Amino acid sequence: MPSSEKIKELQEISRQLRMDVLQMLHKAKSGHTGGPLGMMEMMVALYFYKMHHDPKNPLWEDRDRFILANGHTAPALYACLAHAGYFPKSEFQNLRQLGSPLQGHPKRKPEWGIEMSTGSLGQGLSIANGLALAARLDKRSTRIYSMHSDGEAQEGMLWEGAMSAGFRKLDNRCCLLDFNNVQIDGFNKDIKDVSPLDEKFRAFGWQVFTIDGNNMEEVVSALDEAEKVKGKPTMIIAKTLIGKGVSIFENKPAYHGVTPSDAELELALEELNRITPS
Amino acid sequence: MTDYIATRDAYGKALAKLGEGDSRVVVLDADLSGSTKTGIFAKKFPERFFNMGVAEQDLIGTAAGFALAGKIPFASSFAMFAVGRAWEIVRNSVAYPHLNVKICASHAGLTVGEDGASHQIIEDLALTRVMPGMTVLVPADATETEQMVKAAAAHEGPVYIRLGRSKVPQLFDSSYQFKIGKANVIREGKDILLIACGIMVAPTLEAARTLETQGIAATVVNCASIKPLDADTIIPLAKKIGTVLTLEEHSIIGGLGSAICELLGEFPGIAVHRHGVNDEWGQSAPAEVLLKHYKLMPEDIVERVKKVRGQT
Ligand SMILES: Cc1ncc(C[n+]2csc(CCOP(=O)(O)OP(=O)(O)O)c2C)c(N)n1
Repeated sequence: MPSSEKIKELQEISRQLRMDVLQMLHKAKSGHTGGPLGMMEMMVALYFYKMHHDPKNPLWEDRDRFILANGHTAPALYACLAHAGYFPKSEFQNLRQLGSPLQGHPKRKPEWGIEMSTGSLGQGLSIANGLALAARLDKRSTRIYSMHSDGEAQEGMLWEGAMSAGFRKLDNRCCLLDFNNVQIDGFNKDIKDVSPLDEKFRAFGWQVFTIDGNNMEEVVSALDEAEKVKGKPTMIIAKTLIGKGVSIFENKPAYHGVTPSDAELELALEELNRITPS
Repeated sequence: MTDYIATRDAYGKALAKLGEGDSRVVVLDADLSGSTKTGIFAKKFPERFFNMGVAEQDLIGTAAGFALAGKIPFASSFAMFAVGRAWEIVRNSVAYPHLNVKICASHAGLTVGEDGASHQIIEDLALTRVMPGMTVLVPADATETEQMVKAAAAHEGPVYIRLGRSKVPQLFDSSYQFKIGKANVIREGKDILLIACGIMVAPTLEAARTLETQGIAATVVNCASIKPLDADTIIPLAKKIGTVLTLEEHSIIGGLGSAICELLGEFPGIAVHRHGVNDEWGQSAPAEVLLKHYKLMPEDIVERVKKVRGQT
């Protein structure tokens, strides 16, 4: 477990990156707001605590890899990558604009840390498994992380990949699943309940941790624990609040896929500015 | 005596040979390794073979992950499932990120036979050809298959190779040269240009020989590289001869014939006719019966050529 100073630092990065996300989405006037805000602690813990990667040497062969399966939350990834130094934050201006590497959904550009094109839900788990199998074949000690969402768990292909990772005992695989209960048309439990996810993954041969995904200490310790698991892939089911950090967006399906208006942005930034890590 | 070898058999052998020379080669299958012949590789290199079970989306997605890690994955299943079931995965996780995945799918076309229309993909060339950056190849015999597998491995980027179930005659010896993006003129004649691919090359040659005896001289082109198409070879020939007939064991919508129409459509004075499966489904029957029923036999080609010449 890292020191409380480190936790505070990670919380502070999360706060800043939430503001970055809101600003880039506001500028783009299109994109998904709720998801990226809700999963920020996990993204920050991966990029600034857990993963071995080097923005100065982005193609370093022994880097850990991250696949953002729920690609519509791309702004959270872009915020982390720019903050880490893969590309300048001025690029945020061009999100979703013609010719910009910051496409609406990730488009592969490993030199910028964008490992894979994603956006069509359900495909990332298998892709990350392929990376993990290759790492095993090459006897590399790298770890392969992927992020998923609860809506994504309605895709059949996710379960094909889950079955493969369990069957092949991919203990270099760690998935995080942003369980915010919300998808586009409303609450997940009203559309097609994916619960109980822990039992489902366990039945497929996974080690499962269930945590509060907005609690940095819990996120960090789950990532540490996952590394100790042998003979199984790990699934971290993270209960989160969609829109976390901005009261008007929190737990509101309506804000899944809309961007903040001028007034909302002002309010949101003010609110995020008021937060000081406890 | 002509040898008869199925292109899938040639694929299995070529793959095993490839595995010897290049440790980056990994092979994935979806519970059909006996049929796709990847089992030959599996036996030789068990640690580099991955049976994904009956899960074609996972098959393609995992192959994409292998490619991200610098491997050269060959993903195999029946064509129906590899590019039919998993089409959107091929598009978004292989073609769009332009990954080095080779999809070598067997049992394409009507010649799957008795399994019927659910297994007979006559749309795969249309489905793969439409993706930017995707290379689409159809071998005519075992020699070409072997060279194609080698060329695919050496090529950086996604490749689709369409393989068949039935045995086909050996057309080419080791002097034959397959190249991605190259069409091969395998017979010359001034009266009609026949452009064929895959299992239609042999009956087209046979038809050309029959036509010769009846005073019609045909040029026959084996167009194994559907994408990229060999414009440098095809355009001048089509301009010179004027009448073109395409031949494929695929729907006439979206396959080789369509590709040739797209290529030649800008030139005045060239008529392109398409021979293949018309806009209908396949059905259960032995392969030979189907080929007869859907008019893909040498005698059908002879008849079609005469009809086409009467029209132009
Ligand atoms: C295969 C596929 N189908 C549909 C969509 C459109 N889509 C984008 S986000 C989304 C909702 C998914 O909910 P979830 O992944 O839980 O997102 P969150 O609310 O957590 O942001 C849908 C249906 C898609 N991107 N991919």
